[in-house]
Parts: sequence; structure tokens; C-alpha cells
Amino acid sequence: MKIKQLVKRSTLMVSVLLAVALALTGCSGGITITEAGSTTVQPLAQDLADAYMAIDDTVAITVAGGGSSVGVASAADGTVDIGAASRELKPSEEGLGLVKHHIASDGIAIVAHPSQNVTGLTTEEVRNIFSGNITNWAEVGGGNATIVVIAREEGSGTRAAFEELVMEDEVITDDAILFPSNGAVRTAVAGDEDSIGFLSFGYIDETVRVFDIDGVEATVENAISGDYPVVRPLYFLTLGEPTGKVADFIDFCLCPDGQAIVAEDYIPTGPTS
Amino acid sequence: MSRYFTNRLAKYAVFISASVSFIVLLAIALFIFREGLPAFEQIGILDFLFGTVWRPGQEQYGILAMIVGSVAVTAGALLLAVPLGIACAILLAEVAPFRFRQILRPAVELLVGIPSVVYGLVGLVLLVPAVRELGGPGYSVLAASIVLTAMVLPTIISISEDSIRAVPAVYKEGALALGATHWQTIRRVLLPAARSGIGASIVLGMGRAVGETMAMIMVIGNTIKIPTTPLDPARTLTGNIAVEIGYAAGLHRNALFATGIVLFIFILIINSIAVISLKRGVHAQNIT
Repeated sequence: MKIKQLVKRSTLMVSVLLAVALALTGCSGGITITEAGSTTVQPLAQDLADAYMAIDDTVAITVAGGGSSVGVASAADGTVDIGAASRELKPSEEGLGLVKHHIASDGIAIVAHPSQNVTGLTTEEVRNIFSGNITNWAEVGGGNATIVVIAREEGSGTRAAFEELVMEDEVITDDAILFPSNGAVRTAVAGDEDSIGFLSFGYIDETVRVFDIDGVEATVENAISGDYPVVRPLYFLTLGEPTGKVADFIDFCLCPDGQAIVAEDYIPTGPTS
Repeated sequence: MSRYFTNRLAKYAVFISASVSFIVLLAIALFIFREGLPAFEQIGILDFLFGTVWRPGQEQYGILAMIVGSVAVTAGALLLAVPLGIACAILLAEVAPFRFRQILRPAVELLVGIPSVVYGLVGLVLLVPAVRELGGPGYSVLAASIVLTAMVLPTIISISEDSIRAVPAVYKEGALALGATHWQTIRRVLLPAARSGIGASIVLGMGRAVGETMAMIMVIGNTIKIPTTPLDPARTLTGNIAVEIGYAAGLHRNALFATGIVLFIFILIINSIAVISLKRGVHAQNIT
């Protein structure tokens, strides 16, 4: 009997605590917008969300990762208000009623170890290297060494975009070493003199050599002008046309102020302020 | 009143705690099977287990390369860790002076507490470039096996040492009294008497090796291809789940849970062997 009372009392206390916690988290804004998906988009979405919340304090925006496929799926089933994808929708994902908002673009750089004396490749050479048809650096003007192909895992938006833009109908070789993030690919490429990999523009630093592709340097300017061939769209996805605060937030991302934030690390899709 | 109340409370508390761990296990098993079984149905068990091509983008799901990868790194690790571990256990139990043991034993136990990502990091920075000198890309079954060796050694050493120490003193005294040397006593009397515990330590080490994930992802290369030499990169079952689950949806996600079922069954078999071999040991000791 005493135990029953104890249980009752502690249940009550836990419920009260939970209610207080809920109230505290819920009362900060009024409206909460949730965003999840591509890890490439995540830092950008966070910057845009912070800037928007600074203007409109009635809105709280939560930003999460998960990957492009998660972004598509959770936007389609209504788990989140906005899904993020760093690739085009697959045929199986069309027809889910998703509306794409092209908030930015991102270039994919083909990278190697800094000591690599090859400086440029054609799109075709890149395709043949990643499909396993070219296996020695000597075949593309380098030293005599077996090429170590480093790529992203299946499902990655960066991989999907790379396959779509570069590989065409070829598949990435089974010999490729796979890592689950841009950062891990960069570390692996920087540590192996004979390696080649691909990275989002945002991850390029001095630890890797960036190849010119078809004679064009991998820069944001060349990506904007359309000369650099490996550029992919970054999308916000909504289930149907957005309304209310979600629409306001997306309009903010596309306006010159929002695009100025995009331009800090990515390629804007509209005029910047 | 309060004494009895505390007594009853304690009884309920331990009962609930014990049930919780059982319920958690049950829930995990149910969940994995619920999510993974559709993959078996849609892909076909044989195509799933013995298929060599894993290309979720093209709806091809075969995990043979990952099964081979897991078995290869585990076998490699045991090949290195079993002789080292048993030798170290003999040293600690029989040979080493007391003070030496006072230092070595805690050092071995400390190895258990190092997070696996740290093992992976050390492997990535030191081992992978070293293995690259032997040929291949460096990310390899060999590098993974060496990292795993360091991770399973503490398990093998401490359980083996305990089981050698648990051999009744009369055995050792008898052997010595018959004129056997110390080494003869260790080899012919102590090790055979302790073999069930040593066997269990190896099987438990095997369980740890099969389940290791993070360190493997960092040094094995995660390539989806059956390795043909120790210098080839490969992918483990655990790595397959961890690398791809973040992006998986639909049948791909089910297939990863099905990979989990395969792992679950692997571990279940390994643990059963450990339990049986330990029990048999106890039984044998009771007879003598």
C-alpha cells in the first residue's frame, strides 16, 4: 500500500516535471519550423535560420542533418516542414508532391594529394578513373603509380550528384575506398600520395590539390558562370506550396539578404545584397 | 515497519532492474527483426546472404563481401591475439614477479577503457601508412586485424589469467612434486586444466571483434568487394550498417536491418559457444 502511494506520488512528480519542461521549450517563439536532411545543406540552413530568427522572433527554426534521402522522405511524410536535398530527386521520389526551392548551388571538386604533379583532368578521364577503366596515374600524364580511388558511401547526396554529373551510365568501381563524410574523404586523400577523391567546394583546403576540369579552375566564379561542369543544386523541399511562416522563411532565403549569406560559402542562385 | 518496507522495496527494485535489461534485449531483437525481415522477403535470403554485389542505388543487395570481411578481420585478429594473449596470461599468472604484475595487470585492464574511436585514430595515423609500404592502399584487412588485436587482447588476457589462477593448487604442487619443471607443469597441467576458461576468453574476444564498428570504419576502407589478400580493403557487417544508415530509406534501410539480424545471429552463436564451453569446464572440474 505504501509502495502504491510512492509510485503514485513519483508518477505525479515526473508528469509535473515533464509538463514544465515542455512548457519551457514550447513558449520561446510560438511557431516552430523544422528542417532536416542533407548534411551539405545543414551548415547553410543553420546560418539562414539564425539570420531569419534575428529578424522574426516569433519563429523558432530547428535544423537537423540526416542526409538527402532523409530530407526527401521526411518532407514527403510531413515529419518536417522543410526537407533539404543536395541532389536532384530520383524518379521514385517524383510524384510525392514535393515542391523544390533552389536556394543555392554547390560545386564538387576533384581532389588529390598536394604532391600530385597532374594538374588537370577532362571529365572523361575523371569518369574513367572512378569507373576503374584508368588505374594508373601514368595514363593521365602522372608518375607510374596505381590510382587509389576514394569515394563517398552509397546514399550520399555528394556521391549521387557526382554520379549524375560525371559518371553518366558508368558506376563507381568496387575497388573504391569509401568514407561516410566529406571530412573523412579529405583526410584520406591528404594522407595518400596516389589517391583521388571528390569533395564539396566548402571542404576544400590546402591539404589537397584541386584539379582543373576540362581546363577550367574549380572556383565559385567559374561555377556561377557555368564554365565549371560539376555543379549541383541545393534544395529546400516542401510538401505542396509553403504557407505562412514557412513561406516567409523560404522567401527570405531567396531574397538578396538571404543569398548574401549563401554567397559566403556556396553559390547563390539569385542577386545578393 | 520501515525495515520490512526497505526489504520489500529492495526486492522490487532489483526485480525491476533485472526485468528492464531483459525487456530491452527483447525489444531490440523484436525491432531489428520487424525492420529487417521485409528485406529477406523481398530480396530472398540466399540472394541476400550469398550475393556479391551491394548497390542499393540499383536495388542490388548482397552481403557476402561484408560477411567475408567480418570473418577475415576477426580471424586475423584472433591469429595474432590468441598466442600473445595466452603468453601474457601465463606470464601474469605464473612467471612474473609480484611487483611486475602489479603494474602490468592494471595496464592491460586500462586497454579496455580506451574508446574505440581512439584505436581507430591511432590505426589511421600509424598503421595505415605502414601497411601501405607493404603494398595496396593501406586501408586493409591487415590494418584492421592489428587494431582489433589490441582491442581483444585485454579480454583474452584477463579471463585466461583468472582461469589459470583458478586451477586448484594441488594440481601444480602434485606436478612439481613428481619432478616436472615449471614449464612442464604449465604446459601439461595448468593449461589443460584451464582450457575451458581460455576457450571462453577466445570466444568472448571473438564476439568483441565481430561487433567492433568505429575503429573498423576508420582503417578498413569500407570497400564493397571480397578481399583476396590481407592487404586488400574490405567492409565489415557492422561497418556496412554504420556507414549507410544515415542515408538509407525504404528497402535499403530494411536491408541494413537485415544485416543487423545476420550480426545478431553471429553474436548469439558466439556467445552460446562461450557459455557452453565455460559450463563444460565447471562440469569437468566437479568430476575431478
